Amino acid sequence: MTPSRVSRITLRTVALGYLAVLLAAPVGLVFYRTFEHGFGPAWQAVTTPEALHAFWLTILMVLVAVPANTVFGVITAIALVRHRFPGRALLNAAIDLPFAVSPVVIGLALILVYGEGGWFGSWLADHGIQVIFATPGMILATMFVSLPFVVREVMPVLREIGTEQEQAASTLGASSFQTFWRITLPAIRWALTYGVVLATARALGEFGAVSVVSGKLQGQTETATLFVEQRFHQFDLTGAYAASFVLAMLAIATLLSMNLANRRKRVAS
Amino acid sequence: MSIAVQHVYKRFGEFVALDDVSIGVPDGSLTALLGPSGSGKSTLLRVIAGLEQPDTGTVCIEGTNATTLPAQKRDVGFVFQHYAAFKHMTVWENVAFGLKIRKRTKPEIARRVEELLELVQLAGLAERYPTQLSGGQRQRMALARALAVEPKVLLLDEPFGALDARVRKDLRIWLRRLHDDVHVTTIFVTHDQEEAMDVAEQIVVMNDGKVEQVGEPRDLYEHPANEFVMSFVGPVNRLGKELVRPHDIEVMLEPNGTTEEAMIDRIVHLGFEVRVEFTLKDGSEAWSQLTREAADHLELEQGQIVYVRRARARVFS
Repeated sequence: MTPSRVSRITLRTVALGYLAVLLAAPVGLVFYRTFEHGFGPAWQAVTTPEALHAFWLTILMVLVAVPANTVFGVITAIALVRHRFPGRALLNAAIDLPFAVSPVVIGLALILVYGEGGWFGSWLADHGIQVIFATPGMILATMFVSLPFVVREVMPVLREIGTEQEQAASTLGASSFQTFWRITLPAIRWALTYGVVLATARALGEFGAVSVVSGKLQGQTETATLFVEQRFHQFDLTGAYAASFVLAMLAIATLLSMNLANRRKRVAS
Repeated sequence: MSIAVQHVYKRFGEFVALDDVSIGVPDGSLTALLGPSGSGKSTLLRVIAGLEQPDTGTVCIEGTNATTLPAQKRDVGFVFQHYAAFKHMTVWENVAFGLKIRKRTKPEIARRVEELLELVQLAGLAERYPTQLSGGQRQRMALARALAVEPKVLLLDEPFGALDARVRKDLRIWLRRLHDDVHVTTIFVTHDQEEAMDVAEQIVVMNDGKVEQVGEPRDLYEHPANEFVMSFVGPVNRLGKELVRPHDIEVMLEPNGTTEEAMIDRIVHLGFEVRVEFTLKDGSEAWSQLTREAADHLELEQGQIVYVRRARARVFS
């Protein structure tokens, strides 16, 4: 049944209005505020050594956490969908933990394990490795919060494509690795891309868990999101808005580059 | 023998899929594995392909023991019921897959793929994706893909099962002709006795994980080894302990000493064939298969009393 003209227009108005109020208006306002006094002050605010270090640290988080979670995500998804092993249900449930648990709690949990007096804390300290209030801890926190995305995007697609194509490849002489590379990976490509985009966005925007384990040392353990908060608290609104703008641009750039990369290899369907 | 399966057992949990199965498939033959669903025929095919491991028993392909070889190393072509087309590849790339894996040269691959697409009548569709093909075309593509690597044996798992009735008939005639051209040892699985009889030179009838009988189509029909085979390879009437094919029941208007009285319940016209359903005096129901001419000649009517004779009946102990 085709919806009537009136109901179609109503639906669109509601959907677009909702987006406008919740998404477009606040983000647009940030963009507006960033360039309120022209391009110069905004540029200055995001090119201070402190700001540049914060952006670099955020990108480092993404560069470590996202590839790690992509590889782990694909392996875990294959294990969960294709194999039956003891502890499978437990693992499946544990994957969602970062969704369920507040990032602040995750940060605190990391301190309990790796911090001074934590399980591994004294051992790590004895070997001169500082995890908490340093980059390793922040990377761990980022990995934790961005862990489920790839697994959860890839699993349903793996289930849907089934094993017949893989079996066909093996009867045609393909090894397990060739089968994975030529058959499985192309089949899950879209889901994988989407998972990577979501994980990247999450890693870029992570605040809570990283905030707890970072110690917020300016110019040392301050990521872009922490930098935004710090500027904001110091009434440097231009700095806060400009840094937010750069973060948003990074996220959009990720989305676009992933889309482009896939479009080049697009399958007609 | 091109393929020799000996004493194969295979269980899935409590379910015994294959129970001491032994079969031999002659070189270059076209063999059907025929049986109802759950009879173990697909499992047997997958054991031969290396897609399942038997619990015990051996599989020999062209004289070498292949029991522990993975599917990858068995040199078999396998065609799945639901095509298993590589969806992200064109028809051309699908057919070339096995050749690329075997690192053949580009011109060699191109030549072989052209040749196969010609053979399966898909030459004009090389650049299409599987989703742009009909079911019959997809299955022909899958067949070309399996044949591309010149397998020692070709295994087809209900290859026409997902196609509609007309395409299915066309394709099975086409498969038989293809086999006459290519001569690769072929085993196909089906639950359709007509399909098996139409296509195969040898039929292996399976039931409950066991081989019931092996023989040529006509042999199975004329000399079934047991009740299961008789009732599975063709229609059958059960009268007391006797099994009679409907076309072996003669219908007459007068008794002649070897006949019994029957009353016609229903007459069904199916083109050339006419089914006459009747009830005998002892209350048992059966039907006879007559040609249209014979039925017209007798001028049969519903409710009429006729006399029937069992020309050929079988009793299995």
